[in-house]
Amino acid sequence: MTYRPPKQSKLSQLFDVIVLLAMTFGALYIPLFLGLAGGSKSVPEGAPTTWEGMGQNAAQVAQYNALGFTDPAAVSNIINARYDYSFSWGALAVMIVVIVAYYALMLRFSEQEYRDVISEKFGDRP
Amino acid sequence: MAEFDITSTTRDGMGPHGTQVGLLRVLGPAHVWALGVGIVLVGEYMGWNFAVGKGGAYAALIACWLAGILYSCVAMIDSEVTSTVAAAGGQYTQAKHIVGPLMAFNVGLYLVFAYTMLEAANAITAGYLISEVARLTGYDGTLDQRPFIVLVIVFLAWLNYRGVLATLTFNLVITAVAFVAILVLFVSTTGLLAPSMMQHAALMEGPAALPYGWIGVLAAMHFGLWFYLGIEGTTQAAEEVRSPARALPFGTLAGIMTLLIAATLTWYICVGLIPWEFLGDGVNGSVAPLFDAARLTGMQPLVVLLGVGTLFATLASANGCINDASRAWFAMGRDKYLPGWFGAVHPKYRTPYRSIIFLVPIALAFALKAPLDQVVTFSILSGLLEYTFMPINMILFRRKWPMHTIKRGYEHPFHPIPSLALLALCAVTFFAVFLGYGTQLVAMIVFYIVASLWFHFWRYRFVARAAQFTMPWPKPRGY
Repeated sequence: MTYRPPKQSKLSQLFDVIVLLAMTFGALYIPLFLGLAGGSKSVPEGAPTTWEGMGQNAAQVAQYNALGFTDPAAVSNIINARYDYSFSWGALAVMIVVIVAYYALMLRFSEQEYRDVISEKFGDRP
Repeated sequence: MAEFDITSTTRDGMGPHGTQVGLLRVLGPAHVWALGVGIVLVGEYMGWNFAVGKGGAYAALIACWLAGILYSCVAMIDSEVTSTVAAAGGQYTQAKHIVGPLMAFNVGLYLVFAYTMLEAANAITAGYLISEVARLTGYDGTLDQRPFIVLVIVFLAWLNYRGVLATLTFNLVITAVAFVAILVLFVSTTGLLAPSMMQHAALMEGPAALPYGWIGVLAAMHFGLWFYLGIEGTTQAAEEVRSPARALPFGTLAGIMTLLIAATLTWYICVGLIPWEFLGDGVNGSVAPLFDAARLTGMQPLVVLLGVGTLFATLASANGCINDASRAWFAMGRDKYLPGWFGAVHPKYRTPYRSIIFLVPIALAFALKAPLDQVVTFSILSGLLEYTFMPINMILFRRKWPMHTIKRGYEHPFHPIPSLALLALCAVTFFAVFLGYGTQLVAMIVFYIVASLWFHFWRYRFVARAAQFTMPWPKPRGY
């Protein structure tokens, strides 16, 4: 039998939009608020602040000067900052499981729904 | 919703009093090119340089080319599927016909997320650029960038509201200017017209070459995507082009070729002029690297040209993103995957006006409140999830409708090699994201899982089953 969807009230439509927005902003801001957002660099303590100490050659110093930075201390945080790429294999395994499980879930539920669509579309159902 | 021929010129959105009003079929291949390249070219003007910070200059070049292969696969796959599934919603509509409703819902959200975040990033960059121009022209104080961010988003949303032809013709002009600006900078600095200013050897000597070793190359893939992110957006024009079978493959493939050239020239110019640590810090260092490169030449006309190029590229990208995000949102509303209220077409301008207006405050919230690199990362993550879906989609498409069972506007060669290459490169990029932004990646996937459960167990009840399958195709094999 052909599926007949219920009519959705305006209030219910509005509620659905609010739910979706709440999830969207949550995904962006929760990691930020919890301080879990990664990607930041760090500057080692006692890092040098002279051109020579920071390993800058004459060409590099000349370009910094041309950009308006004549004082090496003004750009020392930029030059000395480094990412830390150490990671735990356990965390990597968790990420792989999460991604694979996500796509597996999507494909499985989608397939169920898709069979329903095809069956109704191509007349397998009365 | 009745059953429609999706290529009909009379179908589609909901007009006043329940009448049906279609989007206008007025676009040609040049508009498709302008949409794709327009969205992406800003990636050459800002954002890609985080890849230099992640792994150094050589790492960024390797990432640029690997990402180029990834996006060439994306463009080939998209050209085949979209020239056949010619409807607004792009990959969302493809997924609906090929994989299934839940996947389609997720893909629709990827699209809206990727484009809305990219739009926010563009507006942030436009605000920064205007404040930088004020500083360089002698303004002493700190210019408040927020009014300019709001102005950019609202102006472009208004343009999109008024009509797609004017919107993408505007994009065509400003994208062409931004692309030509890169070419002019290249010929002016590399010895073709004047003595070369390039200092690659001196600026990349010693540890500057690969400061993190090979893991830095993997890490750089994260932002390597930024060189091309959004070229897949050409598919959103599918319902508004005069000839989908011709315009979409032509515009998309010409677009990826343009971007491969622009990306390589950009890397060459910037790395040859700007020290890698400064170039690689897109927040405190070089926010707009091509503009900084022009400043380093000391030639005022180039500074003005690249300033204009940067502004035009950000505007073109934000403009294209509004166009694409609204089409994806509209298409989901039309199918009742989202409230049907969003499936409306303006009776006069023939645009999905409610979707355009609805997404404006969301883009503003991201642009005014979130840091640039986080916004960029969320856009990349949504794009990456979408690219991982594409090979699955392509393989299923060929399996369910083998060659010659339906008419394809374009058939990409060497199947399944592009799909498998795309899948492998996506896996590398997931690892790159994990190295710096693993928390955001997991947060994003948790969001999609929760949203999927909401869709499957609640929202999907409002969707008519057979009516969402709108293509005039035979029954898929295996069903």
